[in-house]
Amino acid sequence: MTLGPAPSFGAVIERAHIVICCGTGGVGKTTTAAVLAIEGARRGRNAVVVTIDPAKRLAQTLGLEALSDTAHEIDRDRWDPENDAAPDGRLSALMLDSKTTFDALVTRYAATPDQGERILENRFYRNVSGALGGTQEYMAMEKLHELHEDGDYDLIVVDTPPTRHALDFLDAPARLLRLLDNRIFRLLMMPTRSIVRVAGVAVQAFLRTISRVVGTEVIDDVVSFFRAFEGMEAGFRDRAAAVQRLIAGPTTAFVLVTSARREAVEEAAFFADRLQESGLSVAALAVNRVHPSFGTASPEGLRERVKTLDDAPGDAAARARLAQTYANLADFRTVAIHERHEIDQVRNRIGTAATAFVPYLARDVHDFGALRQVGTHLFAPPTGAG
Amino acid sequence: MELERFCSTSRVVIVAGKGGVGKTTVTATMALAASRAGRSVLVLEIEGKSGLAAAFGKPPLTYEESDLAPGIRGRTLTADQALLDYLRDHGLRRISKRLVSSGALDVVATAVPGMQDILVLGKVKQLERAGVADLLIVDAPAAGHAISFLLSARGLLDAVRVGPIRKQAQEVVELLTDPERCQVLLVTLPEETPVNELVETAFSIEDLAGVALGPVVVNAMYQADPFDPPLTPDRVLADATAAERFVGDIEAADLAAAATFRDSRAEIQIAQVRRLAERLPLPQIQLPYLFTADIGPAEIDTLTGAFERGVGALPALTAR
Repeated sequence: MTLGPAPSFGAVIERAHIVICCGTGGVGKTTTAAVLAIEGARRGRNAVVVTIDPAKRLAQTLGLEALSDTAHEIDRDRWDPENDAAPDGRLSALMLDSKTTFDALVTRYAATPDQGERILENRFYRNVSGALGGTQEYMAMEKLHELHEDGDYDLIVVDTPPTRHALDFLDAPARLLRLLDNRIFRLLMMPTRSIVRVAGVAVQAFLRTISRVVGTEVIDDVVSFFRAFEGMEAGFRDRAAAVQRLIAGPTTAFVLVTSARREAVEEAAFFADRLQESGLSVAALAVNRVHPSFGTASPEGLRERVKTLDDAPGDAAARARLAQTYANLADFRTVAIHERHEIDQVRNRIGTAATAFVPYLARDVHDFGALRQVGTHLFAPPTGAG
Repeated sequence: MELERFCSTSRVVIVAGKGGVGKTTVTATMALAASRAGRSVLVLEIEGKSGLAAAFGKPPLTYEESDLAPGIRGRTLTADQALLDYLRDHGLRRISKRLVSSGALDVVATAVPGMQDILVLGKVKQLERAGVADLLIVDAPAAGHAISFLLSARGLLDAVRVGPIRKQAQEVVELLTDPERCQVLLVTLPEETPVNELVETAFSIEDLAGVALGPVVVNAMYQADPFDPPLTPDRVLADATAAERFVGDIEAADLAAAATFRDSRAEIQIAQVRRLAERLPLPQIQLPYLFTADIGPAEIDTLTGAFERGVGALPALTAR
């Protein structure tokens, strides 16, 4: 069972060993992941953030100009310019390169260097490692496992790929294994056993039909891939199981990230349900780009006020300006009330997990200063609805 | 530019943009604008569960066509269904079940990158050729994927040298690269990162995929002019006195804060729209930010009015 609902974001980064940030695309997941890792480092942890596809300027801030599959440490001066963080904290970052990660996995489980080579050169493998949906998700989790095993990090914060189905990483290892385990293509590789040879005829006919549609070259690539892959499935399967166990482990925390926009909040509610179905719980919820609430007046009351300003007494220009001012406040109160209502739909699903609200900021978040500013909202003491 | 002209520039319009920028809202808006211009419209939802039907106050779309509004029909288009159609059309119905149940299909789809996209786009092409509507509007996958979606046909031509799938890919490339038949309508928000990503996406789509770009739709712009001079609580109180109304100090502070917030966001939006115009020489259509809770028929109606005005303001020569 994963780390349950946390009382605050501070508790998440102090207690968890692994933090997985999930949510739909374009809601500030990468930024949130970076902020959590920075604060972890500030509190004395050896933290690393795994990013998937950071916006260019954020990548530069984290020193990720080039795709680098190995973690590198960020100079303390940069993330702690005032030198007021805990002295033993460290911060590292890396950008996931799923193909390199996959290649390393193949090399690790190949019986001989020759077997590894043959797989890496195969065209079908290149599609699997480069373009297959789900590979990126799986490799993000694989990288997580690698950092967990090989690195001496206390806090690993992972971003998840911006897919529509943002919980694909939960199923990705299983899906990939199913693919690598395909029976039809396996049968084809054992022509020496007589019983299978009979099945082989039917299979061959089946494949001929497929190759009529997509061409024989494609089928040749696939068959030689499965031939090269022979014997490696067990290693892959064990590894995938270990990754799954790690994701569902007691020191893993899921942080749900959303923006206040309606579609994003709906997706977040959907994720919360899916996580729960999988027996995983949300440790905390971050809501980005929230409109300020601007007091407590009801929009209807404010609009009534606008109407009363149509008529005398009083200066006409001042009345018109005041009416405009009230109408504007009514608009923003409508948005604020609606946002709170939508967000409550998610909060109802995540029990006592902490919720933090990050308001609309004047500029997009690129540098350590701005990341710190987001941090002040995430790690502020809970105040109810922002 | 006249709306009728705009809506007959090409028979297929693919609406694309990063997640959360309002692609589906723009799809619905364009559909309504086109139907008002007298064109019959079929909306195609690629990823499913996008809320497109809700914008018209209708239950979710299915693979079977349904009516969304007068002159507007809608349906989903999934790779799995498109594949079954494809196999049926090519006399392979018998093996389709086995393909799926044995998992061989997953293997083949992986062996041929982009095959699922090709099947979907192939279906779009088939509908276009069949003339099922004057205008087909495709609510495309989110940005990153939109590029691979549009590039899939070219990639497949490299991977598959023979066979009906290759022919399918060739026909899809012909559709995509013919500006009379197909164009892409990009959607963004007037904010820094979405603008940056839109510019990159635009160049990729034109240069790599060779697909023509229509105007850019900038969604969710604040409309009102800034308060001049800027509103402070003191100014609110002064106005209240002159208007002979009572406004409390706390209310004055809230009123001023909301006004200042709007003005500062609007300033950022205007700066980003300008930056977009400098970096991407495409005409823009701006749609207003709506303060309402849901996007339903009334909101789409409002947005369509703005869309029509935006099209009206386009220079005639940008038509492609």
